[in-house]
Amino acid sequence: MSLALSIPADRYWQALFDTLAMVGVSGAIAFVAGIPLAILLVVTAPQGFLASPRLNRVIGSLVNGFRATPFIVLLVALIPLTRLLVGTSIGVWAAIVPLAISATPFFARIAEVSLREVDAGLIEAAQAMGCKKWDIIRHVYLPEALPSIIGGFTITLVALISSSAMAGAVGAGGLGDLAIRYGYQRFDTQVMVLVIVMLIVLVTLVQFIGDRYVRWLKER
Amino acid sequence: MSYSLALRRDTLSKFSEFEKREPIQTKTETGDLLFNSSPKTVTKGINIVSFKSVIKLYPLATGDFYALKGIDLDIPTGSIFGIIGRSGAGKSSLLRTINRLEKPSSGQVFVGGIDIGGLNEVDLVKLRRRIGMIFQHFNLLSAKTVFENVALPLQVAGVPKADIQQRVSELLALVGLQDKHHTFPKRLSGGQKQRVGIARALATNPEILLCDEATSALDPETTQSILQLLRDINRQLGITIILITHEMSVIREIADQVVVLEQGEVAECGLVWKIFGNPQHEATKALLAPLQHHLPDDLQDRLQTTPPISGPYQQILQLSYNGENQLEPDLLRISQYFQGSSLLHGGVDRIQGHAHGRLLLAVDSNIALPDFKQLTQGNQAIAHHIEVLGYVAGTFHSR
Ligand SMILES: Nc1ncnc2c1ncn2[C@@H]1O[C@H](COP(=O)(O)OP(=O)(O)OP(=O)(O)O)[C@@H](O)[C@H]1O
Ligand SMILES: [Mg+2]
Repeated sequence: MSLALSIPADRYWQALFDTLAMVGVSGAIAFVAGIPLAILLVVTAPQGFLASPRLNRVIGSLVNGFRATPFIVLLVALIPLTRLLVGTSIGVWAAIVPLAISATPFFARIAEVSLREVDAGLIEAAQAMGCKKWDIIRHVYLPEALPSIIGGFTITLVALISSSAMAGAVGAGGLGDLAIRYGYQRFDTQVMVLVIVMLIVLVTLVQFIGDRYVRWLKER
Repeated sequence: MSYSLALRRDTLSKFSEFEKREPIQTKTETGDLLFNSSPKTVTKGINIVSFKSVIKLYPLATGDFYALKGIDLDIPTGSIFGIIGRSGAGKSSLLRTINRLEKPSSGQVFVGGIDIGGLNEVDLVKLRRRIGMIFQHFNLLSAKTVFENVALPLQVAGVPKADIQQRVSELLALVGLQDKHHTFPKRLSGGQKQRVGIARALATNPEILLCDEATSALDPETTQSILQLLRDINRQLGITIILITHEMSVIREIADQVVVLEQGEVAECGLVWKIFGNPQHEATKALLAPLQHHLPDDLQDRLQTTPPISGPYQQILQLSYNGENQLEPDLLRISQYFQGSSLLHGGVDRIQGHAHGRLLLAVDSNIALPDFKQLTQGNQAIAHHIEVLGYVAGTFHSR
């Protein structure tokens, strides 16, 4: 490769690493927090086995509220909370707070749909064999919806990669930040193109791995 | 795919021994209930399930819909009990009140003498472990292997791993799937899936097995093998089987008693040979119609209501049998009364040892018909009912 880089290669690596850190950590948080939310949404729904319209409505509104707020607004609006949680409003860790908070309800809704699609006959069979509520969640809902949940999580990760680019606005770094700082503000087309290529590769890779995993789960 | 009967009987008896052995000791409250009791001793009384004025209504936007309109019914312990009825008659609704997948709007359901309406959460789970259930679409967990599927009822009951291992192996041997432990349900045929369903339903050693159209998704041959398995389970393990089916042949083959539901009510109920031999309700007659040997079309077309004015003709007689008094079609005696007659059509089925069916005879016009009354009554009877269906010109032999 005889390409002369306009900025040190380190910059790219650092940006990639920052993006991976932001997406990875906030994705993990969204997964861990989103699944219980999704379960709550499903089991408290009118047809669910813990039907509780009130709780369902409260969680539903909360989830909708966060989903309705554009990420860029959330990013700014959450600054006080971010400060409280990580002590600063600047940097990778500061970006993770709004990223996780916006990705969680997004993923929760997707996972909710996945859980809802679990055949009612399976839930019934589980009840008939003497499964308690928690058993049904653990042995029926989660494993049966897993392929679909993983598919949804892949979508969430891709969405996070794109949101994380915006987090450059709070000086979080990452690929998006690099593209804006050099590519846009300094008219460095090379940086712009390279970052876009890296993002495409990243997204493709995430999607590929996600799809592969889903296929493996389904084809067992 | 067929399983040798000998092999299965063998594994069955092995399985029964397993049942009689020392109860598996489990620490959990639920586990104790499971294994300390053998099916025959838990439930006293002749009726394992009793319905008392069971009503089920579904509130709909258009008003309440009564799926069950006051069902009173007893299901004898140890029997194979069939539930039939047209689509929407309330069969599933009724069956599902037994393990309370469906809660009656009013009335009581007694299982083993206990009114299950009053059970709390914990007791309901215990009850359900005494009642296995299999489904039309099998409802196996796709993310679990065959072994894990069958193990699940035991696992959630807190049975120790080693015991689960042994029990599941026995169960899979019982249903003829000993080589499929680690297969996922997706890779099984319909019949094999239902066998897994049966193994799973039997895991907690239940007293009752509920089957909601368990063979409806299977081909005739597979249906036969599943029915054979159900029969073995009933006979050898003493498990009461309550089954819904749209296939009257299933009832005829394995059920002892049958209830006919019609629009949420009991149309009739009783021994299968009686109901099938002499259906009273219009719904039952409609359900049984496919089992009848209908008149072939060509014969139907040639049939006249009055004898032809001239020329030879045939008198078409129908002799019917409904199973009463062990009366059998005695060909020798039939031919004594109707000499030179030919058997045109018909058939006889045996239900619980009782001959059922009808025979169509063509009797030449030069033979005078005797008084049917004599031939259908007392110990001289040759059939339960005899009637002239009509007349056909010419002869059948000359064709
Ligand atoms: N959850 C429900 N809500 C409203 N109506 C219902 C519900 N479940 C059943 N029904 C109605 O109750 C009636 C009886 O239903 P059920 O499923 O017991 O019939 P079935 O005899 O099992 O019929 P099939 O042979 O088609 O399975 C039907 O008319 C059905 O539409
Ligand atoms: Mg039904």
